[in-house]
Amino acid sequence: MSNPELTPDEIKQADHNRRRSKLLATLFVIPLLLFIFVTFVAPIGTMLYRSFYHPTVYELIPNTLDALDDWSEDGGELPPNPTLNTFAVELKSLFEERLSGKLAEEINRALPGSSSLIKSTARQVSRADTAELEISGAALLFDTNSKWQQIELWQAIKKAGSVFTADYYLTALDLERDPSGEIVQRGTQIYLDLYWKSLKIAFYITLLTALIGFPLAWYLANAPTRVANTLMIFVLLPFWTSLLVRTTSWIALLQTNGVVNSTLQSLHIISEPLEMMYTQFATVIAMTHILLPFMILPLYSVMKGIDPSYFRAALSLGAKPIPAFIRIYLPMTVPGFSAGALLVFIISIGYYITPALVGGTEGQMISNLIAFHMQSSNNWELAAALGSLLLLLITLLYWLYDRLVGISNLKLG
Amino acid sequence: MVQFPRYFTIWQKLGLSGVKLTAWLVLLFLMAPILVIIPLSFNAEPYFTFTEGMLAFEPEAYSLKWYQEILADDKWLLAIKNSFYIGIMATIIATVLGTTAAIGLTRADMPFQRMIMALLLSPMIVPVIITAAGMFFFYSQLDIAGSYIGVILAHAALGTPFVVITVNAALAGFDYSLVRASLGMGAKPVYTFFKVIMPLIRPGVISGALFAFVTSFDEVIVVLFLAGPEQRTIPRQMFSGLREEINPTILAVATLLVILSGLLLFTMEYLRARSEKMRSATV
Amino acid sequence: MKKKLLSLAAAVSVGMVANLAGAAELTAVSFGGAYGAAQQKHMIDPYMEKTGNKVLFENYSGGVAELKAQVESGNVLWDVVDMEVIDLERACSEGLLEVFPQDQLPPGDDGTPAAEDFSKEALANECGVGNIVWTVLYAYNHDTIQGGEPKSMIDFFDTKTFPGKRALRKRPQVNLEWALLADGVPKDQIYDMLETEEGQARAFAKLDTIKDDIVWFDSWSQAPQLLNDGGAVMVQSANGRFFAAITQENKPFEMVWDGHVFDLDVWAVVKGAKNKETAIDFVKFATGSKPLSGMPEVAYAPTRKSSAAYIDASVLPKLPSAHLDEGLKASSLFWADYGESLSEKFNEWLLK
Repeated sequence: MSNPELTPDEIKQADHNRRRSKLLATLFVIPLLLFIFVTFVAPIGTMLYRSFYHPTVYELIPNTLDALDDWSEDGGELPPNPTLNTFAVELKSLFEERLSGKLAEEINRALPGSSSLIKSTARQVSRADTAELEISGAALLFDTNSKWQQIELWQAIKKAGSVFTADYYLTALDLERDPSGEIVQRGTQIYLDLYWKSLKIAFYITLLTALIGFPLAWYLANAPTRVANTLMIFVLLPFWTSLLVRTTSWIALLQTNGVVNSTLQSLHIISEPLEMMYTQFATVIAMTHILLPFMILPLYSVMKGIDPSYFRAALSLGAKPIPAFIRIYLPMTVPGFSAGALLVFIISIGYYITPALVGGTEGQMISNLIAFHMQSSNNWELAAALGSLLLLLITLLYWLYDRLVGISNLKLG
Repeated sequence: MVQFPRYFTIWQKLGLSGVKLTAWLVLLFLMAPILVIIPLSFNAEPYFTFTEGMLAFEPEAYSLKWYQEILADDKWLLAIKNSFYIGIMATIIATVLGTTAAIGLTRADMPFQRMIMALLLSPMIVPVIITAAGMFFFYSQLDIAGSYIGVILAHAALGTPFVVITVNAALAGFDYSLVRASLGMGAKPVYTFFKVIMPLIRPGVISGALFAFVTSFDEVIVVLFLAGPEQRTIPRQMFSGLREEINPTILAVATLLVILSGLLLFTMEYLRARSEKMRSATV
Repeated sequence: MKKKLLSLAAAVSVGMVANLAGAAELTAVSFGGAYGAAQQKHMIDPYMEKTGNKVLFENYSGGVAELKAQVESGNVLWDVVDMEVIDLERACSEGLLEVFPQDQLPPGDDGTPAAEDFSKEALANECGVGNIVWTVLYAYNHDTIQGGEPKSMIDFFDTKTFPGKRALRKRPQVNLEWALLADGVPKDQIYDMLETEEGQARAFAKLDTIKDDIVWFDSWSQAPQLLNDGGAVMVQSANGRFFAAITQENKPFEMVWDGHVFDLDVWAVVKGAKNKETAIDFVKFATGSKPLSGMPEVAYAPTRKSSAAYIDASVLPKLPSAHLDEGLKASSLFWADYGESLSEKFNEWLLK
């Protein structure tokens, strides 16, 4: 900075130039940054927010929930009658707006079985006068169904009504709060097992791609250039072929009457068709095929750069080929391995399409369950919580990749 | 081929041949599944498997009817139209934004370069299911879910990392003094961009654009979450076809897509060869 | 040159948007397959011809999820949807559907007022108009079945006598009813029993006995394919799908009517539909005597009495209406109340 040979004016000028050039560089990047922010970062932010922000119930019955704030759910007593009256009034107006079903469903999530209770009660209170409900709504509730006298139900309403909640994360980790507020394991364990299974499947795929990718990459790296360039097409063509096409191929190959089974049967190797479709095996094999180029390409480019003379030198110095291969050649391929393996692992852990089409129930991964909660069970908050956890995992791996390989070294094709 | 050194024992020669054989088997594993669907798409019967007639090469076991079916089906035609339209639009956005950003990013004095790079490349790393879920919530609020704009913006976002990477790589050997020289001689910045920078990075830009196009062209999950019936694309149509009714129309579409990817690969390799030539010429 | 290219691209894109956006005036959604084809032929095509409106006819695999996602996110893509009554009840009470002006339904072709022409169940819910009576049953393939010919629900669960895979749709509906039927629960007690924890546990325990032999599918249209290519030896589906495979493709399938669970399908208009008026107009047309009379082509019974005039009497024994005493009426009230919690339990059970 303080070069004695430069005049203060020159330093100022240099600083100015540097600032200008910095500004210019930033100006070039800003449009894309803004674009990515609006189209990509903000949506993911919305999803993260949704995983703990859940105002639906509060929007449906705000007055009841405000009143319930003063009620202690551990006191062993029902909420006071005015609160119940307020609830009856709100339930009536919900019924008229056709929203009582929505409330029923929300409360049902906190206390299974309460859906029918709320729906039938809503029908009952809708026949009463609002003025009347304001005075004697509580009595009408009790008349309609004695379940309204159970404290658990009101606890569930209060719980479902909290606007900020960590409950979805608890569920995503197979935990729940017992009535006393302690965090305990849920009766059925699903999600942790599924994360574990996704990790396992991703690991198998990474291992398989490495095992079968290695000989091919080695062969390509050591074959004469013209042969290697021609054979490279066979690696790149699958790489450029639509994922759906490759998944379709595997369906044609693996299904009960598919190509593999009919070939094996006509060769009399098997007498009964093998069950390969809709299994974990199908997921692993199809994804290995799809992701193999991601392993071969970095391995190949690293191997291409390894000077064969090292290996020859070791041999001529009297080393046996196999130990020499393990001690000399293999360590030099590690950068290619780590780049390929991390990439394959990262891509496979969040995979959706292939498991959804060939995996059946057994070959499902965490993404499939996120999609299930998005599209079939409409439990968007749980999907968001599961997605956030997956995102955390991916971020860790991404950070690791950046550390070990450097993202700017990512090359394509 | 690799020559065996004379001092190799028979076992070592066998071992090496074993590795070669494995390599060929892996190549077979890579190609066979893709090739197998091509003859299947000419199946005269509505099955996903080779019939006995096909194996005996009887002409009547083969037919073009699944290809005719694509042409006769409004849904497939709409899907094809949509795929190209959405793909081209998303590619234009991704290429313009990605190229500009890559030029800024390769300047040594770009602040927070590493962090920004990580952020810009993240659409490629984050599982699409998460992206799609987030976009579904956010784009619905903006009222652009279920519209062409929504899908195009989403696909453009997914495509930008590829453009950034390829243009970045093309700029790796770029000498910025050329830009200074051009500007110093009084050329306008826009002129400098098209006459000095662009010719050198063109292969990178085109291959980035191709990647962005393929990303959009092949994308299902965002379309599944975000698109309405009017925005159905080819992969979306294939996805529901595979989940619901499996018939060889999908194989016919798949065959066409394999041919398309062959063309893309050819273009890509041509570009690579050209850029290598150009690089060796400039260095 | 570049400018020309750019303006060309702009012109093309503007043209395409205009063209694509103007294409569809109504999005109707149904179940696809043979049923969808029949609806296309007897409802969609005649409607387009008569009114000149363009209908985009899409498939879905049922359930309220997609509908709910659209309405709650404010991103309504569908206008009119064909749904099962077990889903209708729930969708209607959750405000996912428009109330249908049933008093505007036209009289039957013989002049009978709509209120009398339709069967009572068809107009029971204010959000929809009944379209057909259909049923869920299982069928086997004469070529692949081993161990004799299954006759009952008990046989379906008997993997010793009849070895091989069973294919069921991946959802609790119908499957839990079948489990209890096979476990010996009388028909009239099924839903009462399913309301209790013990009853639910009993149903899942019965399903457990064949869990390893079940192939799950997501959409009715997959079912005939599974039965055809040997993916399963006994397959659950809508009766019309099997009927179409048997009559149109000469498949050696045999339907087993014991314990079938029958229900209505309705047309309903989605809440906040962009083309609400056209949607209502379409439903009025599609549930007319003549369009409905095309449904027995896939063995579904029309809900209008006046359709009978157009129907060949020989087809009547093939319809679910001829087998009602062997079957069970699906309880829409039960599934409206318990659908969500049982789906959750079902999915947990699947992953166990």
